[in-house]
Amino acid sequence: MGRYVVRRLLQVIPVVIGVTFIIFCLVFALPGDPIQALAGDKRADPNVAAILRAHYHLNEPLYQQYWHYISGVFTGDLGETYNGRAISDIVSERFPVTLKLGLTAFAIEAVIGIVAGVFSALKKGKFLDNVVLISTLVLISIPVFVLGSVLQLEAGVNLKITPVAGIEKGWPQSYILPAIVLASTSMAYISRLTRASMSESIRADYVRTAIAKGLPMRRVIGLHALRNSLIPVVTFLGFDLGALMGGAIITERVFNMPGIGGQLAQSVYLRERPVVVGLVTLLVLIYLVANLLVDLMYAVLDPRIRYE
Amino acid sequence: MSEKTIERPTTDEAAIAKEIEAEEKAAARQASLLKDGWTDLRKRPMFLVTAFIIVCLLALAIAPSLFTARSPYSDGFCQLQNSMNPPTSGHLFGFDVQGCDIYTRTVYGTRNSIVVGVVTTVVTTLIGGLLGMLAGLVGGWIDAVLSRITEVFSALPLIVGGLLIMSIWGGGDVWSVSFIMAILGWPQVYRIMRGEVISNKYNDYVTAARALGADSWRIAFRHILPNTLAPVIVITTMNLGVYISAEAALSYLGIGIQSPNISWGLMISDAQDRFLTSPHALLFPAGALSLTVLAFIVLGDVVRDAFDPKMR
Repeated sequence: MGRYVVRRLLQVIPVVIGVTFIIFCLVFALPGDPIQALAGDKRADPNVAAILRAHYHLNEPLYQQYWHYISGVFTGDLGETYNGRAISDIVSERFPVTLKLGLTAFAIEAVIGIVAGVFSALKKGKFLDNVVLISTLVLISIPVFVLGSVLQLEAGVNLKITPVAGIEKGWPQSYILPAIVLASTSMAYISRLTRASMSESIRADYVRTAIAKGLPMRRVIGLHALRNSLIPVVTFLGFDLGALMGGAIITERVFNMPGIGGQLAQSVYLRERPVVVGLVTLLVLIYLVANLLVDLMYAVLDPRIRYE
Repeated sequence: MSEKTIERPTTDEAAIAKEIEAEEKAAARQASLLKDGWTDLRKRPMFLVTAFIIVCLLALAIAPSLFTARSPYSDGFCQLQNSMNPPTSGHLFGFDVQGCDIYTRTVYGTRNSIVVGVVTTVVTTLIGGLLGMLAGLVGGWIDAVLSRITEVFSALPLIVGGLLIMSIWGGGDVWSVSFIMAILGWPQVYRIMRGEVISNKYNDYVTAARALGADSWRIAFRHILPNTLAPVIVITTMNLGVYISAEAALSYLGIGIQSPNISWGLMISDAQDRFLTSPHALLFPAGALSLTVLAFIVLGDVVRDAFDPKMR
């Protein structure tokens, strides 16, 4: 187990290097001169510009710039913006919003998705099952930003049960509606995954054995059948945790929330290269850690799985 | 001596004919999984409904001028005095902010959405499928390297990657959007294909084929490939819908298809700002988009039920 974790952590390193390098190349290729941009329409003072260029290693070739960056990342330094503000500063300001939004969405999609999936597997072909199936299809086919606008209009403007936009009301009031919107597509996938694997496992021999032993239905479903059906669901949830953080760009935009996604989009438009690289590195790290956690969860769900 | 030279080709010909016959029989046997699925599929009412919707959409995409008397590219198509007018009898979907007829634009937008979906799906399936097969069959360091590369691409969120690439190369037409989604989308197909190949590789029928003297190419394409196809077909049909929806999301962020090209995503994002006062401008293109995505996803569902051996 310990050796497995170490090996997996070591495998993360080349992936981090690969992704940051690609991002670095892409950001490097963004058009425009960032130092000139600091001076606006005026011509930048050549002396100041030269000092700034030297400070940000802008005169050096790509690989040297990348080396400066990646050695910083491994010592915990995400770099600074061209205005001299630390990226970690931006992260600590923006990240809590994204984290709260992402985790709320994660909780919503996991709980509602799994519960809906279990019930529709138990009542296969019945009315409830069809309701779940149809509503998941509808959720998957509506784009997030359309769903966001419609809910914003209904819940925020017409019914006034949630704030329309922004985060002034704090958690949970301001976060609940955006989190529902962010969770909607994945919630649909999770309930379908749960339904599919649950309807396989309730036909399995060990479930019949458990029922024959006279165990209460609650225990058979919750402990025997559900636990064995959760592996594909957990895999999806792991992938999705990273996607929720990165994919919140659209939801954050619809609901005007000052999170990582909005900052990222803005920084790309404004050509703030260090911010883009820093934030993407962070998102990639979250994604990789989530995947590692998923692999470790397998053994909790299915004791037959061993790590070597 | 001369007799022999005449005789020889005839025996060869007979042998070749026999071989061809055997090959054809083998092909028929291999196709049986797909054929079974197809027979099953044609009996399902949901398949007929979604197939009908998709055929209609294809007709809209190929010949939009058959479905509307107006052309969005003609002079005077957009009249500013009609801006945001609600639906009337001559203009069933109403007008957008520029005073353009939304029905006509929705009809003409079908092609771009369908093309983005189809092109992206074909490219991701080819790249992901071939690399996944390679990694699964060869294994070893090729598998290790390819899998790390895949992780790199899948760790990069689609929207973020799209945002960056679009900012560098501009674009704004169907091809650049498809290109970006294909670059970031192939790892999914790769993962499925690799897993399927690995789980099929050690089956008895592969050992049998090898014992009969089949070479690696033949084993790969005639034996393993047909057995891995079902899950790939399923994910492909579903992805058509997913990519059409993703194009709309990119357009919403201002990095997808750009004006003067017409796309549903672009129409929705233009209507977004005025949604509170005139929802019709958003709801009609969004409805068209959702119907299309729904049709492809339901098709994927039905196809899975028909093709997946585990579902039988």
